[in-house]
Amino acid sequence: MKELNKVMPYLLLAPSVVFLVFFFFSPFVETFFIAFKNAEGGYGLHSFRKMYDDLNFFVALKNTIFLLFAVVPLQLVLAVWMSLTLRKIKKFRGAILYIWTIPLGISDLAAGIIWLSILTERGYLNTIFLNLGFIEKPELWLSYEHPLLLFAAVAIAEIWRSLALVLLIIIAGLQLIPKEYDEAADVFGAGAFRKLFRVTLPLLKPSIQSALILRSILALEVFAVAVAIGGTNLPVLASEAYNWMANYLDYGVASAYALVLLALSIISTLGYLFFLRTPADAA
Amino acid sequence: MKNLLLNILSAKYFFLAMLMGLGLTAFSFAEVVFYSTQMRPVEEAKKIREKVLANFSGNVDFVPDETPIWITKIQAENKTGKVTVSLLGGLHGDFSPVASALDNVDDVLGKISGNNIVDTFVKTGKLGGNSQKYIPWAQATYIMAAHKDALAYLPKGADVNALSYNQLAQWGQNMEEALGERKIGFPAGPKGLMHRFFQGYLYPSFTDGVVRTFKSKNAENMWAKFRRFWHQSVSPRSTSFNNMSEHLLSGEVLVAFDHTARLIPAFNERPNDFVAFPAPSAQYGRGFMAVIVGLAIPKGAPERTEASDLIRYLTSKEAQLTVLEEIGFFPIIDIELPSNLPKGTQLAGDAVSLQSSSSDALPALLPSGLGTKGGEFSKVYKDTFETIVFRNANISKVLEAQAKKLTAIMQESGASCWAPDAPSKGPCPVK
Repeated sequence: MKELNKVMPYLLLAPSVVFLVFFFFSPFVETFFIAFKNAEGGYGLHSFRKMYDDLNFFVALKNTIFLLFAVVPLQLVLAVWMSLTLRKIKKFRGAILYIWTIPLGISDLAAGIIWLSILTERGYLNTIFLNLGFIEKPELWLSYEHPLLLFAAVAIAEIWRSLALVLLIIIAGLQLIPKEYDEAADVFGAGAFRKLFRVTLPLLKPSIQSALILRSILALEVFAVAVAIGGTNLPVLASEAYNWMANYLDYGVASAYALVLLALSIISTLGYLFFLRTPADAA
Repeated sequence: MKNLLLNILSAKYFFLAMLMGLGLTAFSFAEVVFYSTQMRPVEEAKKIREKVLANFSGNVDFVPDETPIWITKIQAENKTGKVTVSLLGGLHGDFSPVASALDNVDDVLGKISGNNIVDTFVKTGKLGGNSQKYIPWAQATYIMAAHKDALAYLPKGADVNALSYNQLAQWGQNMEEALGERKIGFPAGPKGLMHRFFQGYLYPSFTDGVVRTFKSKNAENMWAKFRRFWHQSVSPRSTSFNNMSEHLLSGEVLVAFDHTARLIPAFNERPNDFVAFPAPSAQYGRGFMAVIVGLAIPKGAPERTEASDLIRYLTSKEAQLTVLEEIGFFPIIDIELPSNLPKGTQLAGDAVSLQSSSSDALPALLPSGLGTKGGEFSKVYKDTFETIVFRNANISKVLEAQAKKLTAIMQESGASCWAPDAPSKGPCPVK
């Protein structure tokens, strides 16, 4: 019996490990090799060169990184603000939380299509504006002629879609902070802001760190929302990887894009681990 | 107790026998899996199943799919040797990347010689080799369409059936001035077929070539003109248009260019509101491109005999006319079109024959011999268009840079020139 107890955890973990090795690790290794393979069968930087020379590469890189910087910080601020507010109310707390987390259950493509139906030429926004008399004819919000609007639309849709994820992590983190710290700060006469920056946020750091790591990786992978709303007008790294794989049938360049995404994810994760580290004795 | 066990056992055997019976029945009704990149929209697929295949004696499962997935699946089935598909439907260009997975169908071609397939189409089905790789099934092309309201703004003296690109530009400008909106539309969205406009229409008409003349002086002038035209007259929503009949019907645009099958729904829905007409012409003529849909059998197809029967049926007069009426792809066999066609199809058919029989007609062939590089080839034209028109880049610099990529694609694939480019020995050069 004792023997079985020793083996049991491994047995229980085995399916998930096998799953990950099969569906994540092995494709990853293959991607790595495909990216460095030449047409002649040797290995080299051919695909990276081709990616670098492509006129969409820097546009896609720029769009992806700008989206990351536009979406993630705003989401974090919103999530902290929302969860602090939620802590203060007593009635309907559960109901509000459920409503806030609805977007979590919607696929990213569906989210993109929802926002497209709002912002398109004959969409809800234009209909409302027309009826209110703000505009005389349907405006084109999502076109290459308004790159900033297009970018903003994708950013808003992304924020809306995945705010719930950050929110849940932050709320869980807040619940771990003992009320005594707050009360102690009150006793010493700290104001609301001081309490936020000196007590709550520092104690929340581990949760903020994991929220940022998760969200940044997901933000780098942005795909369906950008494609649904931006079409070909807002290329991002993931959509370019898809295009090279599906439309141009060059798996090498597609894999090179995938590796660039991986590198960015690793850099951002290491960055968060380093800059938001909690000293060992403080934990 | 013993009885109970026996009962359970016998029930088990009964169940097993039932399963085996099911298996046998599944075997005795052979089903041809017909896997196609064409007729993908739900309504078209439904018409194929209910109107076209319903009259075939065998059992067919029509499965439309997107081209990249189609290619991957065929390659995967070929590699693993577990072929489930018996008949493939696709464009000429779809077949090149999977050519090595296709069975020779010379025998099938022999069997259907009575169907009178037009010779030129049969030849393209050899994919540049000696044996038949696919059997032509249907053809289509790209034409223009306009709402009748737009005709009032035609420039003076212009004949809509013999327009020039200059007149089209003037027409667009007239509409913009009168209506305050840019009313010409192109399918430049992610799933639109805009690249065919450059490869089969604009480049041939302005430069008498597609590859050789890619960065010629004529091409530079053409792009400068086209950029001006786009900003003056073309709806900026064009970059999200995939299928122009929707946007013609909604009134977003009044004049549009698209694939016949993507215009006919609008013609059929309101035949009295629209006119169909040939694409415009420029100094080298009226460039246009014909698209051929073919049928092929993969190597190791489980139901080869049934599949070849199905090919014979699909190339018969009856099936060809049903496809034309229901979906708007034109026959590849030599027949007179009946006079009782749906009005929209009639409209498109008239424009198609006007386009190919006009005195300055300049037929452009589909890119051929590119193999898996077909997608990248089209990317060169789309990228050139986007950088010049949307990012307002220096034309000669863009052409210079893209020409390098085009040269590399031609070298890697070894494709020789196709019309209207002059023939070449070896890969088609970019001059």
